Amino acid sequence: MNGYDFFFHRTGCTALPSGALFLRDHAVLCVSDLHLGKSDRIARRSGIMLPPYEVQETLERLAADIVSTAPQTVICLGDSFDDQAAAQALPDDMRLWLIQLQAGRNWIWITGNHDPAPVNLGGTHLAQTRIAALTFRHIASDTPGEVSGHYHPKHRIAGRSRPAFLFDDQRMILPAYGAYTGGLASDTPALRALFPSRATAVLTGHKALAVPLHR
Amino acid sequence: MTCLSPIIAGWFAERGWVIHPHQQAMIDHADAAALLLIAPTGGGKTMAGFLPTLTALATGQHSGLHTLYVSPLKALASDIKRNLRTPIEQMGLPIRIEDRTGDTTYTQKRRQRADPPHILLTTPESLALLTSYEDAPRIFAGLQRVIIDEIHALAESKRGDQLMLALSRLQSLAPGLRRVGLSATVEDPAAIAGQLACHPARCAIITADPGPDPDIAMLTTQENPPWSGGGAAYAIPAVLDQVRQHKTTLIFHNTRAQAEIFFHNLWLANTDDLPIGIHHGSLSREQRTRVESAMVAGELRAIVCTGSLDLGIDWGDVDLVIQIGAPKNIKRLVQRIGRANHRYNAPSKALLVPANRFEVIECVAALEAVKAHDLDGDTKGPGPRDVLCQHILIRACAGPFNADNLFAEVQTVGAYHNLPRAVFDACLDFCATGGYALRAYDKWKRLLQTPDGNWQLRDPRAAQRIRMNIGTIQDTDTVKVRLKNSFKPLGEIEEAFAATLTAGDTFLIGGQVVRYEGLRDMTVEVTRRADKTPKIATFMGTKFANSTQLSQRILHMFQQDTWPNLPGHTTAWLDLQRRVSKLPQADRILVETFPHDGRHHLCAYGFAGRNAMQTLGMLLTQRMEEQGLHPLGFVSTDYATLIWGLDPVDTPESLFHADDLHAGFETWLSGNAVMKRTFRGAATIAGLIERNLPQARKTGRQATFSSDILYDTLAKYDPNHLILQITREEALRGLVDFSRIAEMLARTRGRIDHVALAHVTPLAAPMFLEMGRIAIKGAAQDRLLEEETAKLMNAAGVSGI
Repeated sequence: MNGYDFFFHRTGCTALPSGALFLRDHAVLCVSDLHLGKSDRIARRSGIMLPPYEVQETLERLAADIVSTAPQTVICLGDSFDDQAAAQALPDDMRLWLIQLQAGRNWIWITGNHDPAPVNLGGTHLAQTRIAALTFRHIASDTPGEVSGHYHPKHRIAGRSRPAFLFDDQRMILPAYGAYTGGLASDTPALRALFPSRATAVLTGHKALAVPLHR
Repeated sequence: MTCLSPIIAGWFAERGWVIHPHQQAMIDHADAAALLLIAPTGGGKTMAGFLPTLTALATGQHSGLHTLYVSPLKALASDIKRNLRTPIEQMGLPIRIEDRTGDTTYTQKRRQRADPPHILLTTPESLALLTSYEDAPRIFAGLQRVIIDEIHALAESKRGDQLMLALSRLQSLAPGLRRVGLSATVEDPAAIAGQLACHPARCAIITADPGPDPDIAMLTTQENPPWSGGGAAYAIPAVLDQVRQHKTTLIFHNTRAQAEIFFHNLWLANTDDLPIGIHHGSLSREQRTRVESAMVAGELRAIVCTGSLDLGIDWGDVDLVIQIGAPKNIKRLVQRIGRANHRYNAPSKALLVPANRFEVIECVAALEAVKAHDLDGDTKGPGPRDVLCQHILIRACAGPFNADNLFAEVQTVGAYHNLPRAVFDACLDFCATGGYALRAYDKWKRLLQTPDGNWQLRDPRAAQRIRMNIGTIQDTDTVKVRLKNSFKPLGEIEEAFAATLTAGDTFLIGGQVVRYEGLRDMTVEVTRRADKTPKIATFMGTKFANSTQLSQRILHMFQQDTWPNLPGHTTAWLDLQRRVSKLPQADRILVETFPHDGRHHLCAYGFAGRNAMQTLGMLLTQRMEEQGLHPLGFVSTDYATLIWGLDPVDTPESLFHADDLHAGFETWLSGNAVMKRTFRGAATIAGLIERNLPQARKTGRQATFSSDILYDTLAKYDPNHLILQITREEALRGLVDFSRIAEMLARTRGRIDHVALAHVTPLAAPMFLEMGRIAIKGAAQDRLLEEETAKLMNAAGVSGI
């Protein structure tokens, strides 16, 4: 596997090149900001009809990660759906596929700012959850050992910008996993404030690559 | 036959002016349904177009819009307004004349819709916007004539297609509408006539006396031109000398970036403080207007400019045109030369300034072509479908429409007269449902069919967004630049360039050096700096490809034994190349390989123009990747492609097999950056991507994502989608220009001359200094990225965590 192994708050973590986080000792797979149904919401709001294949693309990636890591628990770290209506409008075949992915494992939907209320899909709905020394929530706060999403971080090295995991001693922020998601450069003030010094960025792509966040 | 109004005839007589024969011919044919005038610059072309209108309006009996004048440039529209108002006032004609462009204020635009002037001067985009309003039928009901100025320039691009589609709409609203096209000298007037006429009607062509040949030469300088670059800084003293000797000089550049650098350098050397201004499309409207009026008032001795001043702007006293950099295209050069000595039957005076050594050859080739009246031209394909999609959306904004009627209307446009109904329906389906194999948008269709069979917008509020995105000009995305703590805009720079800036970087805009402070609300904030040299050169800019004719002329020049027409420094260079390696030939491809700076290099001289050479670079590096040769990147010019990589290429012949290149092209097409750029253009024009949003987003980039993602998704799940079809088709002609690679392969028929050398050759050396290098995202890239990562981690002392 082309993942990057590291320890975060004494917990063995692997940053997968897809943008998913795997907790090796607990068989937990964590993905953030799937934004399923984004094309549906954009069409509803603006009349712009983007290629309606982003749910399929995102679930394909997720299915591949589930096959390769065989997790007991899957945590979707919020903004799993682009909004409530998009969650309702999920096509039947995609809904069925999600249910198949959920079968035989714990599935936790963390509430995000795009999807504040529970959706009528299986799994547990939580504002946040703890596993080992780690706290999982959508938006970063001040809890040590926290894993969050929301910011869609990207990092640039050698002139190339890719979605990236960012972490330091305090917190970890996951890249957006969804197919139709943009990103926020790691040097923007919001992210700089969260990682003031000595942090690591793990770039996604063919292979997860770790570099110091600050030079 | 129409007669000239006595008032106008009297006005001409008072000034002792005689009407030119072609102007009289235009009046004689005033009733023709379509009429094309071919006349050289300075031939009173615009007046010829307006004389029938002035005659008709002289009686004061027409109310509402009578004549629509469309020009490719905003500057041209306001220029014509000035030039027409004077005679109209002197003759005391009861004619109201106004312009309407992207620069016109909102209030004035509203008023113009409520109460249109007799003559409205506008651009294709503003006209398309006008036709999108519900009250378009009322605005255009009485329209009699439409004059399309510089139609040769519009005819080459999608702007022309959009304009002709808009005319088809106007023709339905005003059936008596007569069309007039004004064109500079072109190689194929009949083709333009065919585009202008309302198909299948005919279009008469009037050709004016072309006038005397221009007085055109290469500028001689004390200093030799440099080996590369487009700045031509070496020529500054000689150019300033010329400015001193002439009344008004226009100094043309091929790109805005080059214009900026040159202008800056010119001022550093301008010890006499000659009044010199700058004019290009990236500058703020205020700046452009200021320069334009200073020019009209005769206050400027020179103007550094780009294509934004390219077309027939009649600013009187220009007596010299200087072209900096090779003109790349003979037709454009001839039109630029025409700016000087804007009097009919007087030769125009022009000087060419090659920016580097290779351009010396290009300039001499261009001079010979101008003398031989050998204009270049490209054949145009059928009407583009993305423009049609936008036209359908614009039509929907104006209210419900019937598909059969719209189809019939579209078929009256020359470029679309062969449009199959199935293609039209596919475009309509794209506008209505997105046109996906997966019918996902039943609920949120953009267009709905009402029970009476008409089509209309599902959500009328969508009209605003469609209107905001009208147009076919695919400039790179730009961001505004303004001084910190001020709302004063300085101009625009490419977004890609802005992304490379960090606080403290200095660059040029509007001739001044500014310091980058930061990005706020998608606007670049800068402060003024007194520095003489900017730290970062400047933003990029569009580059033209050398025309086939010019490339052929250069190849033929190479085969001469001696070059009496070339300056000594250039002949010495070519002689050296001939001794060390070879000079490229028209019927063979020269390939040089040599090591340099720790990398292996390959330089292929295909002379197929910049775009095709770029594609060739992509194809060759792809084949090298397959052969495990680890290419790292390449750079292309009009004449050659230089590739560098980790391994040497011992048998370059194997890279050039025509069949493999064709096959490679097909697979390559689906996954390359040029394709993605082309996709972005087509998707934006067709309305799949919005360039402008109702309110600028302040949340930063997190909310938006790259169009590349859409491209990848479509290519994977819906490879036959309309926009991908359009992208493929365009890539073959435009940015990818595979047609010229095919032409190159046909003329060389596999004859490859491989010259393996120990070091860089004279002809290849300038390639190393070229901008626009493209990196290959292949195995070599991963290898280097991993090396870079390891280096960074080691440097940070954290390699073990």
